[in-house]
Amino acid sequence: MTPIDAKRPLQLNDQGQLRHFLSLDGLPRELLTEILDTADSFLEVGARAVKKVPLLRGKTVCNVFFENSTRTRTTFELAAQRLSADVITLNVSTSSTSKGETLFDTLRNLEAMAADIFVVRHADSGAAHFIAEHVCPNLAIINGGDGRHAHPTQGMLDMLTIRRHKGGFEKLSVAIVGDILHSRVARSNMLALKTLGCPDIRVIAPKTLLPVGIEQYGVTVYSDLAAGLKDVDVVIMLRLQRERMTGGLLPSEGEFYRLFGLTEERLKLAKPDALVMHPGPINRGVEIESAVADGPQSVILNQVTYGIAVRMAVLSMAMSGQNAQRQLNQDNTEEHN
Amino acid sequence: MRIAILGARVIDPASGLDRVADLFIDGGKIVAIDQTPAGFVAEKTLAAQGLVAAPGLVDLNVALREPGYSRKGNIASETLAAAAGGVTSLCCPPFTKPVLDTPAVAELILDRAREAGHAKVFPIGALSKGLEGEQLAELVALRDAGCVAFGNGLESFRNNRTLRRALEYAATFDLTVIFHSQDQDLAEGGLAHEGATASFLGLPGIPETAETVALARDLLLVEQSGVRAHFSQLTSARGAQLIAEAQARGLPVTADVALYQLILTDEALEGFSSLYHVQPPLRTRADRDGLRAAVQSGVISAISSHHQPHERDAKLAPFGATEPGISSVQLLLPLAMSLVQDGLLDLPTLLARLSRGPADALRLPAGRLAVGAPADLLLFDPQASTLAGESWHSKGANCPFIGHCLPGAVRYTLVDGHISYQG
Repeated sequence: MTPIDAKRPLQLNDQGQLRHFLSLDGLPRELLTEILDTADSFLEVGARAVKKVPLLRGKTVCNVFFENSTRTRTTFELAAQRLSADVITLNVSTSSTSKGETLFDTLRNLEAMAADIFVVRHADSGAAHFIAEHVCPNLAIINGGDGRHAHPTQGMLDMLTIRRHKGGFEKLSVAIVGDILHSRVARSNMLALKTLGCPDIRVIAPKTLLPVGIEQYGVTVYSDLAAGLKDVDVVIMLRLQRERMTGGLLPSEGEFYRLFGLTEERLKLAKPDALVMHPGPINRGVEIESAVADGPQSVILNQVTYGIAVRMAVLSMAMSGQNAQRQLNQDNTEEHN
Repeated sequence: MRIAILGARVIDPASGLDRVADLFIDGGKIVAIDQTPAGFVAEKTLAAQGLVAAPGLVDLNVALREPGYSRKGNIASETLAAAAGGVTSLCCPPFTKPVLDTPAVAELILDRAREAGHAKVFPIGALSKGLEGEQLAELVALRDAGCVAFGNGLESFRNNRTLRRALEYAATFDLTVIFHSQDQDLAEGGLAHEGATASFLGLPGIPETAETVALARDLLLVEQSGVRAHFSQLTSARGAQLIAEAQARGLPVTADVALYQLILTDEALEGFSSLYHVQPPLRTRADRDGLRAAVQSGVISAISSHHQPHERDAKLAPFGATEPGISSVQLLLPLAMSLVQDGLLDLPTLLARLSRGPADALRLPAGRLAVGAPADLLLFDPQASTLAGESWHSKGANCPFIGHCLPGAVRYTLVDGHISYQG
């Protein structure tokens, strides 16, 4: 028996354009390329003296963060401002929910304030889907990270970083190192790399930090850092949370660093021009050596810059897709009348 | 009331009866099959050509939500939903508020159930006080108040020693213990079966070993204590295999499965629909196939709804923040008929798993269609269909099958010879 509410392209409008941005799952290559191309054009805006374009003038972007964030929140704010939108940011973790208001009610209230776009970060996997499906289907919902599930704008800014430095994806070997299990960034990166045609995606981690069924992403699993780094073009390091030690997933930070930390020495195993990436915030001396993080191969700060352009692209595309859908619905209703 | 049911295909899995026959009911009992008793004048005659007459269904797990959770359901609403699903006898689990660990709560439930009159209710008492797994509940007093078995739900005992003592105490009085085997530590924080789907969705997993590790331990403790045991809500093929092995070495244990586990798999979670959030979780296709095979072979002798109605708000949140459970007792017959339609079971076997099997597991006075037995029976049309949700009596609409067209339609449900539901 097939469930009636089986998977459907929730984040696309009837014409296949983006109307929400929830996950990279199910998005075609052309759409990801369009995001990257649009982001490329916005990078020029960032380089101008006047850094604004009027694409979202008169629109209100609401950043609703149920989980702490600095980088994602500020780059979304900047992205919205550069598109000339009005921007509100709410750190809900410290306000409404502690008074017992549900996610549902918090968002409905914000919707009543005539917001057009919600950027949402939430600790529960599927939170952005829930909002797009059940709470505010007529607003553009942008996933700013949901639990372990997805962080699609981070995924796309990582792709932009790779494309700008390497030109494309078809000939690359990319290694993702560290806590894959708890990482929404890793999941989004694996999906994006696969869709964009990267032929060799490697994940390097101990078994305790790998999700069951990782093969479904079309990746090769390595438990030995040296073997996994051999001749790769890109190394994406993941942040290791301190609490992983207490849950019995790892014996100690020291042992993790010894086995999976990226040092100058180990980086030499990768191609000489290999990129070093990290979604931040970095733990110096836990997953990455300072000399590498600050070294010539590191593009960690470029990632942050590109993040603004990617978020501008996603905000403007989703708004336009949602507008198109609204117009379409209106036309349909008029026809029926 | 004297009722004559004429021309139905009468199926009684307990006796192997399966042919077209007439049934005669008087004084709440079946008084004759085929031959009209001397002097019998029917006050009501049901022309039942084309219908199947079967023992009323016996559901081992229907959460009635009363006392304590009236926003989710109450005894009247949920037993009526059960009657609409073809159920005449049901067991309700102890997780009420207050917990069903005192005779007073059992009596309250039984009183309200009698008042409602839609189905016979057999309460399952808490094995430990407050389901806390530390101190034994007063099992004998609860038995005397009407509890037919004792369980601790998914709540585990504080330690194996306490559990062992509980089993030995229950064995002293020949009480039946119901296990929902799940290791709390291995399941800790989990929301879905630990597998490809949960990994993809970023949902914390509950490994298969959460079931099998606990099940293996429970079986060994059952063997040692000699307690009568029933294993409820199996979810994995390996779990079913452990039960089969135990039965093969002569341990008299029985098992049931939630009907939805025979239909759905964890793939249903794609899209994060909270309707599929259940505990223990939906597992893989291979698990579903293993469970189906165990139902076919009789290793699993009972299929139950594991009905858990919820108010709308309980499911209106991101997946992990929703409450687990499916409201499904009203669809018990037609959903189960989909197994016949799909060729997984023949009709008499299905009816056995829904009546005699569960009744025998807990020694309930139910599940038989025979002269002298209570007239608890079900008349349904196997050729008609049910549009799920067209009528809905449960207070919980948390059912992923609503909107589906399901095979078979309940026409009459009779409890002690009175019509408890007419479709």
